[in-house]
Amino acid sequence: MAEYRLKTPLTDEDIEMLRIGDSVLLTGTIYMARDAAHKRMVELLEANKPLPVNLKGEIIFYAGPCPPKPGQIIGPVAPTTAYRMDPYAPAMYEYGVKGTIGKGPRREMVKEACKEFKAISFAAIGGLSTILSRRITDVELVAYEDLGPEAIRRLEVEDFPLLVAYDSYGDDLYEQEIPKYENYQNNKGVVS
Amino acid sequence: MRIVQAKEITEAVAKLCWEACYYLPEDVLAGFKEAERTEASPIGKSILQQLLVNAEEAKVNHMPYCHDTGMAVVFIEIGQDVHVTGGNFLDCVQEGVRVGYRDGFLRKSVVGDPLLRVNTNDNTPAVVHTDIVPGDQVKITVLPKGGGSENMSAMKFLLPGEGAKGVKDFVLQTIKNAGGKACPPVVVGVGIGGSFDKVTNLAKHAVLREIGVHHPDPHIAELEAELLEEINNTGIGPQGLGGTSTALWVPIETYACHITALPVAVNIQCHAARKKTAIV
Repeated sequence: MAEYRLKTPLTDEDIEMLRIGDSVLLTGTIYMARDAAHKRMVELLEANKPLPVNLKGEIIFYAGPCPPKPGQIIGPVAPTTAYRMDPYAPAMYEYGVKGTIGKGPRREMVKEACKEFKAISFAAIGGLSTILSRRITDVELVAYEDLGPEAIRRLEVEDFPLLVAYDSYGDDLYEQEIPKYENYQNNKGVVS
Repeated sequence: MRIVQAKEITEAVAKLCWEACYYLPEDVLAGFKEAERTEASPIGKSILQQLLVNAEEAKVNHMPYCHDTGMAVVFIEIGQDVHVTGGNFLDCVQEGVRVGYRDGFLRKSVVGDPLLRVNTNDNTPAVVHTDIVPGDQVKITVLPKGGGSENMSAMKFLLPGEGAKGVKDFVLQTIKNAGGKACPPVVVGVGIGGSFDKVTNLAKHAVLREIGVHHPDPHIAELEAELLEEINNTGIGPQGLGGTSTALWVPIETYACHITALPVAVNIQCHAARKKTAIV
């Protein structure tokens, strides 16, 4: 469980180096998109049409922020539940997305896609919205303005805290960690 | 009879919306602290510590603790000796939500038609539950309900003979299915009894109960304690990344039911366990 400070775009070497449980402080550009934007983008990919913004080699943050208060560039924001994007994720990874940021476990199809297309599924802490919004230094709305909080936004982030949940080797942090604490109380506090 | 101006209702609802989203209740913070003290997983412990810092930053800066400021669920107990004047009561409640989400800089997370899915851009309509009670006051509680945990909630009709064991199995199955998707540590609101509609309402009301307070009936309180222990033995932990703090509390509410039925509902509340009450 190593700790890294990485800059975007993630290189193939970065991706090969990252293993589940590693902590990453990410600096650079990421793109915010969630349910409604993914539905539209995957429809475009299926029709062999270009996306409204080039996401090849990029990282997608599954999230939708609160509106900014006066003086802020963005309101609180943290990842939404990743599994809702699972049906879209393989197509996005195949297209060339190198990482996604969400919360919670994902399905087999995502694990396989990360392995096949050499990509990462990161976890950030759900609901850590006040803290995470302070790691965002710039915001630009780049597509689907009509979707309001679900529009695609380009973010500049600094030391954005992530965990590697699914790596490019097909490993799964959730599957690894949960059994250690199963029946912990009954086992008299021994981590299995 | 007491006269209440409609605009007092609007103002109260608006304030409750943002206050609920900015300031986590003391019982929830106490739950986090206890979980942080006992958590066995280093990742889980670190997550709980960060959530406590996040809550403090939200409070100090008057900002939403979580960006998912929910669909507003509003519970209103109207004293039977109250007369509301100066507007349509339910319109005033919706206007309060509209003003609260706008002026509180809360996220607008409601789409008007569930299939056409166009954002209403003001977070209305809210879900409103009204009860008529004795007295001359209006008690309003706002529960900004996040989507991630609501999505993992479930309801089932058990056979009457399945009893407490059947209830436990269903609650545990629901929690295991939710795993990290419901944003643990969670509060697990359980409804037992009533009808198809009543049981989910019970589960939702259960979520409002203060953490640490058991049901007054000893056999239900015992079931709450057993379920809390078993849920925290699943290993799911904070954010589903492993650990011993999966649930902060398991409040159960019950109601009479038909001889054929044993309905059970589980309403999962994520760690942003927000609720705020005011009396007008």
